[in-house]
Amino acid sequence: MVIAAKNLTLAYGKNIIVKNLSLAVGPTTVTALIGPSGCGKSTLLRTFNRMNDFVPSFRMVSGNIHYRDLDVYSNQVDPVFVRRRIGMVFQKPNPFPSSIHKNITWGPRINGFQGDLDHLVESSLKRAALWDEVKDKLNSSGLALSGGQQQRLCIARAIAMDPDVILMDEPCSALDPASTARIEDLITELKDRFSMLIVTHNMQQASRISQNTAFMLNGELVEYGTTSQIFNAPAQRLTEDYIMGRFG
Amino acid sequence: MPIFPLKLTPPIATNSLKAAARFKTRLSETAVIRFLQTCAWISILTTIAIVVILGFESLVFFKGVPLLDFLTGRDWSPLIEPRSFGVLPLIAGTLVVSLGACAIAVPLGLASAIYLAEYASPKTRSLIKPTIELLAGIPSVVFGYFAITTVTPVLQFIFPTTEIFNAASASIVLGFMVLPMITSLCDDAIRATPRSLREGGFALAATKAEVSLDILLPASMSAIMASVILGFSRAIGETMAVALAAGSTPNLSLNPLTSMQTMTGYIVQVAMGDVPHGTIEYQSIFAVAGTLFVMTLSLNLLSQVVVRRFARQWE
Repeated sequence: MVIAAKNLTLAYGKNIIVKNLSLAVGPTTVTALIGPSGCGKSTLLRTFNRMNDFVPSFRMVSGNIHYRDLDVYSNQVDPVFVRRRIGMVFQKPNPFPSSIHKNITWGPRINGFQGDLDHLVESSLKRAALWDEVKDKLNSSGLALSGGQQQRLCIARAIAMDPDVILMDEPCSALDPASTARIEDLITELKDRFSMLIVTHNMQQASRISQNTAFMLNGELVEYGTTSQIFNAPAQRLTEDYIMGRFG
Repeated sequence: MPIFPLKLTPPIATNSLKAAARFKTRLSETAVIRFLQTCAWISILTTIAIVVILGFESLVFFKGVPLLDFLTGRDWSPLIEPRSFGVLPLIAGTLVVSLGACAIAVPLGLASAIYLAEYASPKTRSLIKPTIELLAGIPSVVFGYFAITTVTPVLQFIFPTTEIFNAASASIVLGFMVLPMITSLCDDAIRATPRSLREGGFALAATKAEVSLDILLPASMSAIMASVILGFSRAIGETMAVALAAGSTPNLSLNPLTSMQTMTGYIVQVAMGDVPHGTIEYQSIFAVAGTLFVMTLSLNLLSQVVVRRFARQWE
């Protein structure tokens, strides 16, 4: 197992967001987290690389999270180290307001990368399927790209860190259908190399790109299984109702 | 059937009553608008009046002294024969004092702003922010006295050649006068950067310092530049503290330990002194004030241009 949450209960202030949830994600798979808005899937995702540390009211009420052998919320663990291994792509593309080159190299550079930066830029952009579009303007601003390109730049930026896991929080929800298709192809290509956990609203997307699917409702994990099982033969009535679009 | 039938007032009476009421509201509405309009125009008219008077009186001065001599002359002795009206020593004094003030206020203000925006807990912030703003409320003349009675003796202790009136102590107190404005504007600029930018940085395993200095600072650079320009403009226009601390010796020099006269300092000296109205030396303060006005106006316009560029960035 690469990432495992055990008996996890999470809260913002007094509001319990995730209730006694256990979930384990294996290596080199795409796992989709589906469920209606407000079911706690984004909160869960952001807990895996301690991004919720910046939310003052966030509390981990009980349970633990392991990244391989590492207890992610142990006092001895530096959250910066966790984020070095577990990257993240956000809902809205958020490139830095600086050159494409710097967008890619900044993370590795501050984390002690010693190799050839130009080579890193090229290989990361190639793996994010963006190289051909931007190779002649690496010094222009990342903000000058289109939304879809910006999101691929953010994926390239995450890949450049050579992480083990990439968390994606609705990475296509701000994009048009064509850009969404490109990002989905990209995710499928990248899965041989990284474990990916993807929060999505879009059930077709989950069925297209993931091997495993977890369905959450009101902070609880209702069902977790292979994507084909969840979509073709859900064991729980709630899962079936949600997938058939009866609520959500 | 309702037990109490509806009481109907004749429609005509109702309508005329309503019309009367509406007329009354419209009248008071118009009065309010006119009043507010007048208030707004008062400040516009004041500005126009000042600019016209400055221009007119300066023209009188420039009939006696050619503009080119005024702008390029290296000697300023308007009160003692042989008279000379070269404004460069005053500009030099102003720039030395103001740049010195910025050299103190910009690093200190920026560092405080980063601390306030990114590090301080809400509690610490609620303590520090009002205190810094309190600094802005201290009267200028108090800063001037503080410069003479405290800063200058310390400077003299460190550099024995320091004169009693000197540009350095004026710069130091002026720096602290400009500090609240620079801190507050930079703090706003850093806090205006979107949260997604910070998260992007943290997700790449950056520490807080790396995110603040490498991402947020460059991202808010144009607003920071604007605040520096505004601070500089404020320092140029500041009068009382500078007139007290820097002295009244026009001096085309870059040595901050000597006495210098700034443009504002000269205006105070002449306006408060017994120079007779209508003389060329009296007219000279309008020419100096006009020059000062052009300088601060262009700085303020420049900062607006920079701010407008910044506003576009996060759309």
